[in-house]
Amino acid sequence: MAELRLPKESRVTRGKHFAAPADAKNIKVFRVYRWNPDEGGNPRIDSFEVDLDQCGPMVLDAVIKIKNEIDPTLTFRRSCREGICGSCAMNIDGINTLACTKPISEIRGDVKINPLPHLPVVKDIVPDLSHFYAQYATIRPWIRTQSTTPPDRERLQSKEDREKLDGLYECILCACCSTSCPSYWWNGDRYLGPAILLQSYRWLADSRDEATGERLDELEDPFRLYRCHTIMNCTRTCPKGLNPAKAIAEIKKMLMARRGL
Amino acid sequence: MSMTNPLARARGHGSAKEGVRHWFAQRATAVFLIFLVGWLGYAAFALADADYAAARAFMGHPFNAALLILLVITVLYHGMLGLQVVVEDYVHHPAAEITLHFLIRAGAYLGMALGVVNILIIALGA
Repeated sequence: MAELRLPKESRVTRGKHFAAPADAKNIKVFRVYRWNPDEGGNPRIDSFEVDLDQCGPMVLDAVIKIKNEIDPTLTFRRSCREGICGSCAMNIDGINTLACTKPISEIRGDVKINPLPHLPVVKDIVPDLSHFYAQYATIRPWIRTQSTTPPDRERLQSKEDREKLDGLYECILCACCSTSCPSYWWNGDRYLGPAILLQSYRWLADSRDEATGERLDELEDPFRLYRCHTIMNCTRTCPKGLNPAKAIAEIKKMLMARRGL
Repeated sequence: MSMTNPLARARGHGSAKEGVRHWFAQRATAVFLIFLVGWLGYAAFALADADYAAARAFMGHPFNAALLILLVITVLYHGMLGLQVVVEDYVHHPAAEITLHFLIRAGAYLGMALGVVNILIIALGA
C-alpha cells in the first residue's frame, strides 16, 4: 500500500539548537534535517540561528554560512550557486526548489530545510539520485538518426524548429519536479516522473531526431508514462519555471496521433 | 540490499507498449457520459410527476431503453477503468492487487449484465 507514515527508523526527532552570537540583531532560524549514516539512529531537526546581517540573500548562502561558521559536519550538495547546475535542490519551506535561487526574504517564519522527498537519504540533505539518473539513461537522451551525417556541415534546424525546444532544453535535471509528484512517490520504481518525461519530449520535439517512433514505443506503458494523472505539482515547483505537465500531455497527444480511434 | 545495477532496475521488464487505449477509453467515456447523464437528468425531470405506468412506458420506448443500456454500460466501464488506476497507484501487495482487479472487473461486468437484462425485461414488457 501507499505509505502514509514514515517507517519507524525514519521518523524525525528534535535535534540540537545553535544560538546566534549575543550581538546578532537580525536573526532567522533555520531548521535543518540531519541524519548521519555513521551514527545511525533516527533523523533529527537541528535549529540554527543565523544573523542575516552577516549573510548573503539566498537560502544557499545561509546553508554555507552554517557549514562554515556553526557546524562543519552539515552535508549538502552545491556547485554553481546560480541555478544552472541543479545540485542544491532541496525541500525549502515545504516546496522543492534550488537553495541558490530561493531568497531568504520570501520565507515567513523559520526556514525549514529537508532533503528532496521520498528518496533514500545518503546524509543530511543529500538524497540518493541513482535511480533518477538511471531512468534518465533509459531514454537514451541523445540524437538518434538513421540517415548518415552530412559530410560537410552540421545537421541543420530551422529557427521555427529550434523554437520548439524552448521550455524544454532549459531543464537542469535537479529532480525538484519528480520528487514533488505523488505518482512518483508511490510508483517511482516504474514511473519515469516529470523530469525524465520532459527530457523525453525534448528529443521527441527535436526536428533532427529520427527515432520518434522508437521513443514513443519505449514510453507507451501504463507505468512509465500513464502514471501521470496531471496533478501539476511538477509545474508548480519547477525552479526554472518550466512546464513538465504540458510536455507529458504532448507525449500523450503524440501517442494518440499515431493510432486510429 | 540488492546489488542490481541501477540501470537494470530502471529498465525493468521494458515497455508494455500499451496504455493509450486505456487512457483514451477513460476520456472518451467521460465525454460520452456528459451527454448520457444530461439525458438522464432530462428524463428524471420529465418523469417527475409521472405515475408508475407512465414511467414504465417511457423506459419501454426503444430509444429510451437503448440510451439507458448505453448509460449503464458506460458508467460501469468508466468506473472500472478509474478504479483500476486507483489500485495500480496505491495497492502494492501482489495478492491484494490481483484480488481487487478481479473484484472490480467482476463487479462491473456483472452490473452491466444485470442492468441490460433488467432494462430489456421492462422494455419487452415481460
